[in-house]
Amino acid sequence: MSYSPILVRPMREELLAAGFEELRSPADVDRVMAEKAGTTLVVVNSVCGCAAGMARPGVRLALQEGPRPDRITTVFAGFDVEATQRARERFGDIPPSSPSMALFKDGELVWFLPRHRIEGRDALAVAQDLRDAFAEHCAVPA
Amino acid sequence: MRTFAHHEHKHELHGITVVVETDGPEVWIGRCDDIVGDGVILKDADVHREGEGERTRAEWLGRAKRWGVHPNHRRAVVPAARVVAVRRLAEL
Repeated sequence: MSYSPILVRPMREELLAAGFEELRSPADVDRVMAEKAGTTLVVVNSVCGCAAGMARPGVRLALQEGPRPDRITTVFAGFDVEATQRARERFGDIPPSSPSMALFKDGELVWFLPRHRIEGRDALAVAQDLRDAFAEHCAVPA
Repeated sequence: MRTFAHHEHKHELHGITVVVETDGPEVWIGRCDDIVGDGVILKDADVHREGEGERTRAEWLGRAKRWGVHPNHRRAVVPAARVVAVRRLAEL
């Protein structure tokens, strides 16, 4: 059984307000992943505040300046279950966790931040991890 | 507005992925739900038993530190009498 739309709404909107494209179905995931050229960030959003409460502000901070992915997308674990499963199929043998974040470059997974490396940290620390990944893999904005 | 669920009545490690060392060949990794008198309650956990499986304990822990573990046990309770140490996976 998935979470209530009412429960997850503010958590979804926190990323949508930052410009994220929400992937709500396996077809959405397939469509985005078919765009091989460039970089794509996939944030696996989550309802539990123990980690997601810092993940969302962290990713929003990281996107405010400097290099950033060409596409920023999100699936919601426990809500859009099938879309999340399809996204995780793209993560290879990495165990499922949420929240988590994956960065793809030219169709290949180049960076991954699992839940346990988000837990207990503040948004600035999460943002710094993302900025480091963006600096390594994403083009500098013109 | 706070946009996350909160669990103030649980142990301070609630929601944190932990490594539970035992006095035997088993080491558990999972998301700590709570620590109570009976033991450590884990969710989405996995266990390594030295001498079993393809990976040594060190290899298993090393991979877990980088990527996490597969949730082969939806819920597990590591008995308090067996627990030697509980620490955050991220701090391994």
